[in-house]
Amino acid sequence: MGREMANSTPNQKQQPSAMSYTVEQLVAVNPYNPDILPDLENYVNEQVSSQTYSLSANLCLLRLYQFEPDRMSTQIVSRILIKALMAMPAPDFSLCLFLIPERVQMEEEFKTLIVLSHYLETARFSQFWNEAARSRHIVDAVPGFEQAVQAYAVHVLSLTFERVPRSVLAEAINVEGLSLDKFIDHHVSNPDWAIEKSQDKGQLIILPRNEFNHLELKKSTVDSVPLEHIARIFPILG
Amino acid sequence: MAGTASFDYGSQQQKPEAESAAAGYDPNYVPDSVRSFVVHIYRHIREKNVYEIHQMYETSFQSISDRFFKDSPWPSVDAVAPYVDNDHVFCLLYREMWFRHLYARHSPTLKQRIDSWDNYCSLFQVVLHGVVNMQLPNQWLWDMVDEFVYQFQSFCQYRAKMKSKTEQEIALLRQYDQAWNVYGVLNFLQALVEKSTIIQILEQEKEGLVQFTATDGYDYNGGSNVLKVLGYFSMIGLLRVHCLLGDYHTGLKCLLPIDISQQGVYFSVIGSHITTIYHYGFASLMLRRYVDSIREFNKILLYIFKTKQYHQKSPQYEQILKKNEQMYALLAISLSLCPQVMLVEETVNSQLREKYGDKMLRMQRCDDEGFALFDELFSYACPKFITPSAPSYEEPLVNYNQDAYRLQLKLFLYEVKQQQLLSGVRTFLKVYSTISLGKLATYMEVDEPTLRTILMTYKHKTHAVDSDGKITSNADVNFYIDDDMIRVVEFKPAKRYGDYFLRQIVKVCLEFNIFLISICIMHMFIFSFLSRHCSAARRGYVGC
Repeated sequence: MGREMANSTPNQKQQPSAMSYTVEQLVAVNPYNPDILPDLENYVNEQVSSQTYSLSANLCLLRLYQFEPDRMSTQIVSRILIKALMAMPAPDFSLCLFLIPERVQMEEEFKTLIVLSHYLETARFSQFWNEAARSRHIVDAVPGFEQAVQAYAVHVLSLTFERVPRSVLAEAINVEGLSLDKFIDHHVSNPDWAIEKSQDKGQLIILPRNEFNHLELKKSTVDSVPLEHIARIFPILG
Repeated sequence: MAGTASFDYGSQQQKPEAESAAAGYDPNYVPDSVRSFVVHIYRHIREKNVYEIHQMYETSFQSISDRFFKDSPWPSVDAVAPYVDNDHVFCLLYREMWFRHLYARHSPTLKQRIDSWDNYCSLFQVVLHGVVNMQLPNQWLWDMVDEFVYQFQSFCQYRAKMKSKTEQEIALLRQYDQAWNVYGVLNFLQALVEKSTIIQILEQEKEGLVQFTATDGYDYNGGSNVLKVLGYFSMIGLLRVHCLLGDYHTGLKCLLPIDISQQGVYFSVIGSHITTIYHYGFASLMLRRYVDSIREFNKILLYIFKTKQYHQKSPQYEQILKKNEQMYALLAISLSLCPQVMLVEETVNSQLREKYGDKMLRMQRCDDEGFALFDELFSYACPKFITPSAPSYEEPLVNYNQDAYRLQLKLFLYEVKQQQLLSGVRTFLKVYSTISLGKLATYMEVDEPTLRTILMTYKHKTHAVDSDGKITSNADVNFYIDDDMIRVVEFKPAKRYGDYFLRQIVKVCLEFNIFLISICIMHMFIFSFLSRHCSAARRGYVGC
């Protein structure tokens, strides 16, 4: 189920280091053991510094906090939430919130993160980047944050657009001018993007085609009868 | 009896504690029918006569309870022990039923709750140490796990109502802080899963090495089914506990070894079947996997519709009906967020329209009223969430039994809010095959940048990415934007004609003759040919 330990963004690589291996094992063997709480807290910090990610370990820690609210560290919870934001489009952020008591969520820092998540969930990227700029002190604590959100933005754009105006892309990833040229060049050289000049409005970026943003690639499953279903009537016909 | 109380999430009120000590109850008095009951069921257990055990468990226990113990508990275990050779395991089983009857018909006192916990500890320890060689009916084993989780949930609710606690009760709570401790509960369930090696058994069964599902978990070679089947049901117990805690991801992970697309042992007891699908569907709903929840709710609601009549005399009948209603409410929610009606079978759909048709129309509107309806249906149909931690006894005593529920409700409504503009977009996209962003923005009375965010939100909310980076679409309308033009790819027809025709063919074949079949098949192909061409034609002229 789901994507535990998975990384949807290229910036959160799963490193098979000795440390992560033992913690994952620890969680698998002792999912309900309060003794592993300090290990899990250390592991959150390691995920931050090594840019790795493990949803199942973090959920396990939040569960232990839920059982023993006195041991909760807001700093750790905040880091878990930022990591969960970076895992967008996966619903990890909500999964974490479900386990965090409401009175904790009322703290300023968490309120900010909830607003950030709301902007990402509703694809309001310009508002997101404005808010993130105001909350540098929170999100800068986790390396790779910006790149992860940009990867999510590109994901949503490529689900939606076949050809996207440069300005829309710029707003979504919060990059302009030369840096944007670089960003686009990088993707063009990776050969899945292409640039097109439209007559009146400037550049259009052609995003990689997939079955969600292109007509022909859409599998037409609608109202076709699968063979297994037809096979059901063979015995009667025969 | 069979875990009658365990589905009861709805009722909030509790009878005063004193009532359970009904006047005139003599725990040492054993009526003849009780003596005969324990003597016989004990003998059947020793002889491994599962059929007779099941009969007595399902029928006799119920009828004796109705006749003699409507207002009082059953005789104490000490009073019946002499009739069953003071058998240790049987006495544990008897006490388990004794408490279950008490919970179902009376309000347990704190002392009784603690005693019941102790009894579960002894019982599960005996099972875990493998000294049990009995063969018990699945119904009974399911009821044990179900009741265990129910009593845990009930205890958490009880403890959270701190305002009305007496000093004596608080002293007891502090003294017995291990009773119904969340670690204890989870670890017992986990231990049963591990010790039974049920996960490996299910794996081996796929390779044809062992039989489990085929024999409904029973062992016909003289072994015991108790640990294995308890382990199996404990996976469902874990799913439920995790849902009660709001940990949906972990809950579904606990259920993974059971393939719910197939009939498994969970199917053999209606209560376990319903509990499994109800929690699976609810967790999927909270994880935004609406198609999964719609599909499974549809299947079980159809199943209940078809088999309801066979359960009319069952002690669980009322609970079946209640869960049935709750699952219709959850289906209404899922379909309002993800209008894929073609996943729902006709019978279920017409029941749904009857119950929630009007409300579902209003839920489509993104006004306060629609919002209030999501609130209403969620509150009616959600599990009874719990706060697992003990209260702080030093601070002023406050009730916190609603905290967990309020949090889940709030977060769910948050999600609804994020999706509230999507139903408007759907309506338009179903009518057009191409439309410019500017024009649609005017129709929807928003500006273009806002419209873009709404369309991207639609895409994000209807597409899930799994661990391999594979994208699955739950979208009911497919479209993409090319610069500033929206192109709608295909509008799915409301009905699955292929499926419909195939079912008609099967029906007809069984009643008439081969001649008619060929006509049906011809119709089917002509129709699907026509419908495909019609939709192509529609795309041609509806565009702007």
